Amino acid sequence: MPKDNSLKKILVIGSGPIIIGQAAEFDYSGSQALRSLREEGIETILINSNPATIMTDKEMADKVYLEPLTIEFVKKIIVKERPDAILPTLGGQTGLNLALQIEREGFLTREGVKLLGVNLNTIEKAEDRQMFKELMLELGEPVPESKTVNAIDQAREFKNQIGLPLIIRPAFTLGGTGGGIAYTDEEFDRIVKSGLDNSPITQCLIEKSIAGFKEVEYEIIRDKKDNCIVVCNMENIDPVGVHTGDSIVVAPFQTLSDKDHQMLRDASLKIIRALKIEGGCNVQLALDPYSFQYYVIEVNPRVSRSSALASKATGYPIAQIATKIAIGYSMDEIMNPITKNTYACFEPTLDYVVTKIPRWPFDKFHSADRTLGTQMKATGEVMGIGRTFEDSLLKCVRGLEIKRCHLELEPNKSFTTEDLLTKIQIPSDERIFEVAELIRRDITIHEIYDRTKIDLWFLQKIENIIKLEKEITPEKIEPKFIQKLKINGFSDEYLAKKFNLTEIEWREKRIELGVTAKYKMVDTCAAEFESHTPYYYSTFEDENELEKPEQETVLVLGSGPIRIGQGVEFDYATVHAIKAIRESGKRAIVINNNPETVSTDFNTSDALYFEAVTFEDVMNIVNYEKPTGVICQFGGQTAINLIDNLDKAGVNILGTGYESTDKAENRDLFEKALKDLDIAQPIGTTVSSLDEAIKVAQDLDYPLMLRPSYVIGGQAMQIVYEQSELTEYINFAMEVWPGQPVLMDRYMIGLEVEVDAICDGEDVFIPGIMEHIERSGIHSGDSFAVYPPQTISEKIKDDLVKTTVKIAKDFKVKGLINIQFIIKKEKVYVLEVNPRSSRTVPFLSKVTDIPMAKIATKAILGESLKSQGYPTGIHPEGKLISIKAPVFSFSKLRNVDSALGPEMKSTGEAMGRDTSMQKALNKAFKAAGINFPHYGTILATIADKHKDETLEMIKRFHDCGFNFMATKGTAKLLELHNIPVTEVEKIGRSDRDLLDEIKDGNVQIIINTISKGKNVESDGFKIRRAAVENGVVCMTSLDTTWALLRAIEINSLGTIAL
Amino acid sequence: MSKLYLYLENGEIFKGESFGHIPKSPKVSELVFNTSMYGYQEIISDPSYCDQAIVMTYPLIGNYGVNQDDSESITPHLNAFIMREYCDHPSNFRSRQNLSQYLKTHKVIGLHQIDTRKLTKIIRTEGTLKCIITDRELDTNEKKELFTTPYVTNQIEKVSIKSISHFPSLGGKRVVLVDFGYKKNILESLLKRGCDVIVVPYNTSFEKVQEFNPRGVVLSNGPGDPKSISEVLPTIRKIQEAYPMLSICMGHQIFALANGADTEKMKFGHRGGNHPVIDLEADKVFITAQNHGYCVKKETLSSTDLEVTQLNLNDKTVEGLKHKSLPCFSVQYHPEASPGPNDTKFLFDQFIANLSEDNYAQR
Repeated sequence: MPKDNSLKKILVIGSGPIIIGQAAEFDYSGSQALRSLREEGIETILINSNPATIMTDKEMADKVYLEPLTIEFVKKIIVKERPDAILPTLGGQTGLNLALQIEREGFLTREGVKLLGVNLNTIEKAEDRQMFKELMLELGEPVPESKTVNAIDQAREFKNQIGLPLIIRPAFTLGGTGGGIAYTDEEFDRIVKSGLDNSPITQCLIEKSIAGFKEVEYEIIRDKKDNCIVVCNMENIDPVGVHTGDSIVVAPFQTLSDKDHQMLRDASLKIIRALKIEGGCNVQLALDPYSFQYYVIEVNPRVSRSSALASKATGYPIAQIATKIAIGYSMDEIMNPITKNTYACFEPTLDYVVTKIPRWPFDKFHSADRTLGTQMKATGEVMGIGRTFEDSLLKCVRGLEIKRCHLELEPNKSFTTEDLLTKIQIPSDERIFEVAELIRRDITIHEIYDRTKIDLWFLQKIENIIKLEKEITPEKIEPKFIQKLKINGFSDEYLAKKFNLTEIEWREKRIELGVTAKYKMVDTCAAEFESHTPYYYSTFEDENELEKPEQETVLVLGSGPIRIGQGVEFDYATVHAIKAIRESGKRAIVINNNPETVSTDFNTSDALYFEAVTFEDVMNIVNYEKPTGVICQFGGQTAINLIDNLDKAGVNILGTGYESTDKAENRDLFEKALKDLDIAQPIGTTVSSLDEAIKVAQDLDYPLMLRPSYVIGGQAMQIVYEQSELTEYINFAMEVWPGQPVLMDRYMIGLEVEVDAICDGEDVFIPGIMEHIERSGIHSGDSFAVYPPQTISEKIKDDLVKTTVKIAKDFKVKGLINIQFIIKKEKVYVLEVNPRSSRTVPFLSKVTDIPMAKIATKAILGESLKSQGYPTGIHPEGKLISIKAPVFSFSKLRNVDSALGPEMKSTGEAMGRDTSMQKALNKAFKAAGINFPHYGTILATIADKHKDETLEMIKRFHDCGFNFMATKGTAKLLELHNIPVTEVEKIGRSDRDLLDEIKDGNVQIIINTISKGKNVESDGFKIRRAAVENGVVCMTSLDTTWALLRAIEINSLGTIAL
Repeated sequence: MSKLYLYLENGEIFKGESFGHIPKSPKVSELVFNTSMYGYQEIISDPSYCDQAIVMTYPLIGNYGVNQDDSESITPHLNAFIMREYCDHPSNFRSRQNLSQYLKTHKVIGLHQIDTRKLTKIIRTEGTLKCIITDRELDTNEKKELFTTPYVTNQIEKVSIKSISHFPSLGGKRVVLVDFGYKKNILESLLKRGCDVIVVPYNTSFEKVQEFNPRGVVLSNGPGDPKSISEVLPTIRKIQEAYPMLSICMGHQIFALANGADTEKMKFGHRGGNHPVIDLEADKVFITAQNHGYCVKKETLSSTDLEVTQLNLNDKTVEGLKHKSLPCFSVQYHPEASPGPNDTKFLFDQFIANLSEDNYAQR
């Protein structure tokens, strides 16, 4: 069944900004889809609001619309472009939901646009709980027994039928408030009662508990001819109960026999056939570890995070094949893109083990609840490929960048064995490390199994690691033993510590012993067929499969897992660097361990090394590949942190080198450099003790900006207003980052501006200046950024350019540089210099149409800026106004404060672009998912110091038609100015306080600037969390609120009565 | 753990560790690889692997132990089982013993700590080759002598049952299963469909088969070269004239030979659970389990009464045949699965349907 030739133009819907649960995997799948369509000569149109992605590059589609992903805009684009069809299955839940909404309205039928890959009926059957249950019953596939109840008697009746334990899920409460698992009759009665109380419709779902079952997944593809294949199956180390996105996952199955596997495979295929999905699909199942009893948990009728993982784990590009299927091909007509000589209609087989560990943001959110359950909390993930399970697991551990190179507890934390035994009963990000520690303390794996239900097979493998660890003695530095340690994944960093050597010394010693890494290929077929795709992983076996062509080679370092502060923007730059190297006629090879990204698509580079981005792993590649040089500046702080050691090991760093990065990151050097250049900076210094800090504070005066040196994303940055806060901070920092000085600056309030520039050593080209909407004090990653700047004078612009040129040259930058400025009283101060690719590079590249990462890479490779047509100076400003808006994932993380400050909290970004500031703001808010109302009630809780500033704003909101609710102080102020206001009680002051108003939906917008600090008990915190949990727009910065007001105003009645 | 040496015909030597039976004298085998990630117990006990040494491409084997249900025959017939890493601590509710104990009981060599990917690539490039596994180093002469000793080709005779056995099913349609080295699940697939099955040795005469008055005949899978038992071909020709027939794997090759086609040895065969087969009539692809080192030569079919029904999607080798006028068909792969996908179990239903039509009633 060949291609459907009536499809000439297809609209692809992307997934929008990155949030927890929907991340870079959709940039990967979307990019594959676009490439796949263009290969077929189909005209492609893309809508996606996320500028930080490869898929929104203008070369990726015939037309790219960086517009909000809302029904309104999708419809506008359809009407304008008149595509023949929409492909919505590669843009995550966002893309799918949008397509379905407009399909349901009959819009697509009316416009004569086909929906590819899915149909409404399928989705409803897969996603509606009740319809899904009915379908499963029809197919004879088991789902956990459940019953919807409205009273305790009904619940008890069901309990008597099914027996305990049971899960109680109250209807319509966020985050499962009031629910839980009941193991005893008393617990059951208590939880059901609380669940019914908490549910606004007095309803609970009582479900048979299958906690403790093995959780497994199948990634399946089906085509029009009903050909169905399993691309990959995966077994979760964490049993049922933890979201699969938060589980440590292993591919393929390890503890299932062929009978188990075939039984579940049959069930999965039966389901995808019944749903008639054409494309990719994911089926999650639970298997009783003691019988053949299984349950179907869930079906995702689209490409997902798991399918990205499965694609990288097997080499089989699911999104690419799914796209071909969507336009009419069947799998027996498509070649296997990795072997290039067999067909896509087969089931990949692995000759290695793959492990995935999620990357959680708890290093940023200290107050967050770290337990894992049904709500996903991870922002990213790492994958490790090895010939042993131990190797694949330990590759993940060292690639997570959580300051650990081995299965060890968090540094500087100690727990008693009793503590640990209690802790492991509840899944958390630390559980795998706690389990290892317990084994180290001679707790039996059976006892651990009883408490965790983690399969004994996995525990035994961890035990194997611990056993080997205990065998290590200096006398045993002999080839055979070291080889054994290495094939079991022990890192050089760990072994160097064990042997009291530096990592570089140990590495030399190891190579002397003849123990060196070898590379094997990922080929989908376990070597049965010859493969032509250079996708490699390391192992310490005999044969090295590497084929190194005679061509000048450049190694690009990737940025590792996606986390807050280091997101998909760095993958974007990495991919561009690779492209530029290839364009220059050189061979570009890449190292990265993030399975979600475009950089780890084997099509992106000339050779993909799926490895942790650590010194050891980079050096092993350098050893074989002997590249001309290594480019570090695109891989975020991950890659920058390696420069020092790589430099010491004699590796040629292409572009900005160690000296420059050190100059920017070492506080003393940095200060001196700016002083020498006669450039102003906020006064400050570094301190190494509390006494020193208190003394310095007296000189600098409060408020102060504090941060540890060498961190990313403003991690642990804080503004303190008094000595008690200072003391608390310094004590905390000394504990968490021992030996690292703390930077103390005078907190300077002013306009924040940032500049990205490219330098080739001679010239400095500046594509543009971005102005932040929020004044200093809010992390740049969490600020709205405007291009071109709207409020700064020509003189300041000129100063910014001059300063940038001066710094870039003095810091001997070769490549990209990002500088953050504060402008106060018409004077420019330099806040921070980052001699590397920054978060804003993709945004600025897109809005200025200047391929910055590419130009920078070419400059690094020796092509001067002049010869590329980019001489010193600033690029002329464009006419359109573009605004980058931060996007947050607070609803996924309990106990995290949504108030913004110097520490970055956003997980993604979106953009809005239009002809006026107001129009662009309107789009930016919408694109960021802020569904602002045009009228309603605003709850204002304003700090005293902000009250005057707020008044004017409130008046204008009032003019737009908003009503107000406020506590006593603010209410008085409003009344004084003749603005009608309803007074509400502060939290806990009466039976009905402002939290009740929020919960009851009486508030549409909250303006909250009260209470700084991190206290979870504070009123401000409670209000902000209530806002998050009830989906109410909550503004914590007055600057953002002004911007919101302007967006609202453009939507209000823009006229006056006669 | 004692050391074992693996010598290849091409001069390569691998050193690994033993976890199974240790051979008293150097053991010569045909070295093949299997790409299944699961189902090692079924693979080890599949009689088709008689006299072979199997390399598993999946690195971790033994994870779920050995249980009482999944063996495809009572005694394994392979010589050696080779992998990257054997698992000593299996974890699965059905596991009764670990793989090491099982192999030792059945005197099968277990060899691990081997770079099996390297080994697989050698087989892929050079084709199936002879190997010697021994617990001591061999000198050149010893090796030469062992490698030049011709292969024995009596594998089918070795594995086929010596006497007839009956698996009764009251009122069930009687089927004779000709045993070239049958896998238990072929028998089970017939029993599950209500058949009354009589298993007979591979060289049973037509007259003997007739005595049982079956409704149909199944030719089973089996080890080695189909041409090594050409004496059975006249019997098969008589059987197909008289009864509906389903032929599997070795049976498929015998069916082709009996009808005048030819077979040949493949470079390294098909062994695994992921082989795509396209059904030409239905225009659909099935994922199949395969284990064969020989195949039917496509070009020799034109002068026969057979037609090709299915092809391997990748190398286009013959995967299915049917007789142009008789209700007899065959497949090169394993519709009974065990191990491998169940995509083609329906072939047993098709065979059973042939029995109901009573195709030979008029004769």
